[in-house]
Amino acid sequence: MFEDFFDVVKKRFNGGSEEEYKPPMFKCPRCQQLSPLSRYEELHRVCPKCNYHGRLSAQERISITLDKDSFKEFDADMKSGNPIDFPEYMEKQEQLRESTGLNDAVVTGTATIKGSPVVVGIMDSRYMMGSMGSVVGEKIARAFEYATENNMAVVMFTASGGARMQEGIVSLMQMAKTSGAVKLHSDKGGLYITVLTDPTTGGVTASFASLGDIIIAEPKVLIGFAGRRVIEGTIKQRLPEDFQLAEFMHEKGFVDMIVERRKMRSVLSHLLKLHGYDKKEV
Amino acid sequence: MDEKKTAWERLQLVHTKGRPTVSDYIPLIFTDFYELHGDRHYGDDMAILGGIGRLDGRPVTIIGQVKGRDLNENKECNFAMPHPEGYRKALRLAKQAEKFHRPVICFIDTPGAFCGVAAEERGIGEAIAKNLAEFMTLRTPIISIVLGEGGSGGALALGVCDDLAILENAQYSVLSPRGFASILWKDASREQEASEIMRITAEDMVTLGVAEAVIEEPLGGAHNDLDKISENIKEYLSQKIPEKCEKDIDVLLKERYTKFRKIGEFLD
Ligand SMILES: [Zn+2]
Repeated sequence: MFEDFFDVVKKRFNGGSEEEYKPPMFKCPRCQQLSPLSRYEELHRVCPKCNYHGRLSAQERISITLDKDSFKEFDADMKSGNPIDFPEYMEKQEQLRESTGLNDAVVTGTATIKGSPVVVGIMDSRYMMGSMGSVVGEKIARAFEYATENNMAVVMFTASGGARMQEGIVSLMQMAKTSGAVKLHSDKGGLYITVLTDPTTGGVTASFASLGDIIIAEPKVLIGFAGRRVIEGTIKQRLPEDFQLAEFMHEKGFVDMIVERRKMRSVLSHLLKLHGYDKKEV
Repeated sequence: MDEKKTAWERLQLVHTKGRPTVSDYIPLIFTDFYELHGDRHYGDDMAILGGIGRLDGRPVTIIGQVKGRDLNENKECNFAMPHPEGYRKALRLAKQAEKFHRPVICFIDTPGAFCGVAAEERGIGEAIAKNLAEFMTLRTPIISIVLGEGGSGGALALGVCDDLAILENAQYSVLSPRGFASILWKDASREQEASEIMRITAEDMVTLGVAEAVIEEPLGGAHNDLDKISENIKEYLSQKIPEKCEKDIDVLLKERYTKFRKIGEFLD
């Protein structure tokens, strides 16, 4: 053990000619370029080369978006059942709970953004690719119902690979459940802002993510319904690089604005205030 | 009714050539049918047909996904895989039904929404989402029937309803067993195994609270006796439509929302 230690010291001492110190690097999935990981993280996970907005944990999103200590979580302990008795589903989730500290793929609650009260939902793609099963559906439906009852605005940060396969048809029905809850909130005059983050696809795109009064996307994030490989398989050709990116969806008319992460908090605050949500009522 | 078949055996029946399609059923169930075309935004998607007609003399709106009965028909209707304009046509006709106080009857029979460049560019996700939201509060009764394949969000976009019935051998699923096997196990050849564990049969739908009724098929499957299966479907509709029409619309809407609201399994 000591010998190993001295080996390292020797190498360092000798000018590191054999083994230079390499800082951990981030390889951008969009531009494929390398940047120091520390730089990427300093920018809250934005690629310094191409401005791709990388994936954040729900916790990180809360800390950069919401007023300090304002977040009060709903249903923090809600956990999934196994509606179609899918083999190893419960075990897989147990592992994920340990490694991510999450109970499922969305965190919901109330908070303030620069003083404006709001109901927020934040998806976390580390938990089964942010897929929508019973818990995601139920938490989102409850969040909208709470907002409807209390005349509050809703801001949803979406990130999802789509349906939770392990819940079969029950997963599909969450699309109807969440869309219905959004509609009732809308019919009562509530403001709903969607922030599409990387990646927003499948059943989430085909339900509550596409129903915002105002739809915002972060730069260069993936937004679509069908997976790229599925489409390439159908049309038997390669798709252009920018296909299904935020900028593409903006050009096609499905995104109102593309907003950088460092400006998100102030844009959301302005939009909330423009709709009269400026008094703290929570 | 047949002896209980496995999910896989039923899947083969659903894909049997000659299984009746919505175009076969309409003339046998409804009278005075007039097809209406187009979404008024982009075009007319032949993968979804819609129109007005009468059920037992009562005007109704009919919307359904169209499977071809041969290759030519299938090319025309894109193998029942709708583009956004198909779903927007469906929504237009549903809104029209609401205006004229006609109940809506949806026939689901699709492998799923089309996965292609044009569908993405024209917002297939938005089109499906919009239907889910709008059908949930449509102020007229909606009955949906799964005829054969109920594939994914593309099926659900015609499936937000007061009551859902499913034909005995039909399936309803989050995606095809083949897609399921290839995504989850990276091996599409395990589709039979997938079909058996995915819970996609008519009885599964009733157990899971997704469907309210199973419509019996003739011995050997729907294709063996078109008159009989049409009669069974009509009998179901003739009972359900008046029942739903009699209900107070606000009660109906509350029940519709609750039906979907309670699907899911979690520990609080
Ligand atoms: Zn980059």
